[in-house]
Amino acid sequence: MINRRDFMKLTAIGGGAVFISGLTSLSQAATGYGKGAAYDDFYFVQLSDTHWGYQGPANPEAANTLKKAVATVNSLETQPDFIVFTGDLTHTTDDPKERRKRLNEFREIVSELKVKNVRFIPGEHDASLDNGAAYKEIFGNTFYSFDHKGVHFVMLDNVSDPGANIGEAQLAWLAADLGKQKKDAKIVVFTHRPLFDLAPKWDWATRDGAKAIDMLMPYTNVTVFYGHIHQEHHHQTGHIAHHSAKSLIFPLPAPGSQEKRTPLPWDASMPNKGLGFREVEAEIKTAEYKIIEFPVSRG
Amino acid sequence: MNARYRTAWLSSALCLTVAAFITMNVAYGSSQNAKKERVIKIVAQRFSFTPNELKLKKGENVRLEFTSLDFVHGFKVPDLNLRADLPPGKITTLHLKPEKVGTFDFICDNFCGAGHEDMVGRIIVND
Repeated sequence: MINRRDFMKLTAIGGGAVFISGLTSLSQAATGYGKGAAYDDFYFVQLSDTHWGYQGPANPEAANTLKKAVATVNSLETQPDFIVFTGDLTHTTDDPKERRKRLNEFREIVSELKVKNVRFIPGEHDASLDNGAAYKEIFGNTFYSFDHKGVHFVMLDNVSDPGANIGEAQLAWLAADLGKQKKDAKIVVFTHRPLFDLAPKWDWATRDGAKAIDMLMPYTNVTVFYGHIHQEHHHQTGHIAHHSAKSLIFPLPAPGSQEKRTPLPWDASMPNKGLGFREVEAEIKTAEYKIIEFPVSRG
Repeated sequence: MNARYRTAWLSSALCLTVAAFITMNVAYGSSQNAKKERVIKIVAQRFSFTPNELKLKKGENVRLEFTSLDFVHGFKVPDLNLRADLPPGKITTLHLKPEKVGTFDFICDNFCGAGHEDMVGRIIVND
């Protein structure tokens, strides 16, 4: 059984990443938020880009990686309030029947998580070839919002359009959703692709992402967590922080660092190198979000 | 013909004359441009552009004519601020006049399947 505090010490000693995100607003949440909802310490786990169904040299152990990650999350001594998967749950296929099979298999595997409050959004591998039809059948809406302990969480879909557009209809929904929030509300956005132009020559962008960022900009406490690029990355657009997560299938090179965005070579001596998930801890005492990176498995 | 009617008639005639002149000039200009443009035909299909390397001269007028065989692929050259959707069943045309020397990557920016990441190419512009 992993003690979270002990693990945090281990990662720090071992050079693991403990990234402190500057969400200085959380202390304000303690004074009360929205309709009287009180802020309370909590943490959630973000997993991303599991690509269930992938077969290839970049991860010969692909059939086991997701299952190991589920076991590791289940071994956390203190379980998270909720778990979020930020897209590319499955690896793409042209066959609609196979797509549904992979999505259902993925759902079956993650049903083993002890925490039952699990949130999903699609990635382009899940949704772009059928505009999200199979995903919606199995997981429901591709965009939505929810509230948890005084934080407003927004799930954005920038993949059901193969051109990586959020689209006018969803942007109108976003405007209406944000319109219900106070300007100092604590807002966390989950999405798959980066909302900003991280590496356009690798298609690491959202075509109309600037519109979403413009809508979020008047809100003083916004943080974005996303996937897609299979590595940890931190970026600011004004006061909005954007944090990408590692994948659970294969790591990709640093943005724009080489001609093609081909997976980093498999290392048989370190089969989980570059893979992992993260927990995000909202702590009122430090008034910050702590992002703590975890490997696929331990021991 | 009273003065008001005569003025309106003259104004209409003048507008028609000007419109015809502009139309002729646009047509003439297009014709001249068409003569100067080098046409490069590109086939897009999962998961490649053919050709995928275009060698251009700085300042030359180029017309890219795309035929997509199987999907609404995208063609995007981020550094040249150039992009288009490429629907199958029609020729999609882009006009290009590179003003700087260099190598500019292009990609398909509409997710088209398992080999989408390989659907790339480059434009090489020389003096």
